[in-house]
Amino acid sequence: MTRSTGAVSLRGITKRFGDGPNVLEDVSLDVAEGEFLCLLGASGCGKSTLLNLAAGLDRPSAGTVHVPGGRAALMFQEPALLPWLTAGQNVELALRLRGVAKRDRRDRADELLELVRLRGAGSKRVHELSGGMRQRVAMARALAQDSHVLLMDEPFAALDAITRDVLHEELVRLRESQKLTVLFVTHNVREAVRLGDRVVLLSSRPGRVAKEYPVGIEHPRRIESPEVAKLSVEITDDLRTEIRRHGAH
Amino acid sequence: MSILDSRRGGGNGNNDDLASLEAGLDALETRHDTAASRGRRILSASWPPVLAIALLLLVWELTYRSGVKPPYALPSPADVGLVLRDQLRDGTLLDAMATSLTRGGLGFLAALAIGTPLGILIARVRPVRRGIGPLVSGLQSLPSVAWVPAAIIFFGIGDTAIYAVVLLGATPSIANGMVSGIDQIPPLYQRVGQVLGARGLSSARHVLLPAALPGYVGGLRQGWAFSWRSLMAAELIVNSPELGQGLGQLLDAGRSLNDMSLVFAGILGILVVGIAVELCVFAPLERTVLRRRGLLVARS
Repeated sequence: MTRSTGAVSLRGITKRFGDGPNVLEDVSLDVAEGEFLCLLGASGCGKSTLLNLAAGLDRPSAGTVHVPGGRAALMFQEPALLPWLTAGQNVELALRLRGVAKRDRRDRADELLELVRLRGAGSKRVHELSGGMRQRVAMARALAQDSHVLLMDEPFAALDAITRDVLHEELVRLRESQKLTVLFVTHNVREAVRLGDRVVLLSSRPGRVAKEYPVGIEHPRRIESPEVAKLSVEITDDLRTEIRRHGAH
Repeated sequence: MSILDSRRGGGNGNNDDLASLEAGLDALETRHDTAASRGRRILSASWPPVLAIALLLLVWELTYRSGVKPPYALPSPADVGLVLRDQLRDGTLLDAMATSLTRGGLGFLAALAIGTPLGILIARVRPVRRGIGPLVSGLQSLPSVAWVPAAIIFFGIGDTAIYAVVLLGATPSIANGMVSGIDQIPPLYQRVGQVLGARGLSSARHVLLPAALPGYVGGLRQGWAFSWRSLMAAELIVNSPELGQGLGQLLDAGRSLNDMSLVFAGILGILVVGIAVELCVFAPLERTVLRRRGLLVARS
């Protein structure tokens, strides 16, 4: 893993909406090529705002966002599949908007669905799929954008624990096989430790980088393993301290 | 991938484990739509209205026999049935239905062609929304029969006046349907479009319009109802021997002949066309749109 070139580089980002207070304040963050970075924080730390900025959906009030590979793919908490299209067509739409020729789209979409192990589900309507399957279609659609940077906004928060656990494994696998750089936002400490190469803790109101934790645990990891639990306890304590600060005044 | 597996030393076994786990979860959590057979659905849907009609006929017959009104004011169901049969035999009723349906259909299509872009403009262009949005919603509640005198003065007695009334009656509903369809699009869809790189026209084509479809179809349905009502109002009043005879004119003929059975036959004709269009066009259209999106909850 090289740290020389950042796949996502945020420099001195400040963001406020209108005349409101700063949501983010002087946040600098580099996600290295191929790195899996988890952003962790309580409510109001501006995690989602930060992702929107990185995705180019919004502009910072100050600071610069640099994504050398071009547009990053973004996944939401909801699968956000378009319900009038089939699973396959959802993936194809991403290819189409990227300018992939018509004759290649179908095959490419099938490949991507197979990659998330949904071979044969391409003709299914969105409502016929389970929550986990929908989120995997969303993953295939994000991969269809052919960006090596994947931004994820609490993508598994709405899933049940078993499905979430499986999707964690799936994501780690895809990240290796597709050489993805991932910026993953969550409020779930164990999830962050389970997945990340590095965890960044954000403070709330305004969001600032509070602390960083390298995660030295070897893959394959399990969310139940003692190493994950140990680091999670440490981070959770810091997170609690951070939250308490807000009750004090 | 290979890195992960070699670390665990399980080769592809680990990968297969995950695959089979996922396959199991998918199978457990996939919903299976169970649809009753078409024949059974039609059968179970048709007996309540048949029963209701039978009851209605019974009440009608009893009222007729009680003699509260003289037979010329309230004919028996059998009398109306005879007139209906004669009208059907000599083709008067069917011709009138065809004439009205053609007028209603053409007027509706014209309203569709105007109302659709109008709705998009109101929904997407702020000054247009502020300027004419309230006016168009207001027009929806204006009884279209109010347009008839104006249309007669402006266009004279003729088909043009009839079409004008239908158009004015149906366009606001269709435009408003489009507006509410677009207004109800979850913001998430537009963000998805943005993330995937949809801009301007491609965003309208791939996200905005398909997302607005359920509301739009509701507007079309209402637009048709307004077309049909407006048409009947117009045909009742705009009447001359040179014009084709529609159901409204048939009603008017019944009134001037003081022939209640003919009037009833005309009303039945209007109802039948209205219900037929609803059942054959709009109900299936709406059902298809909703079913595709999983918005149709099976009701027993």
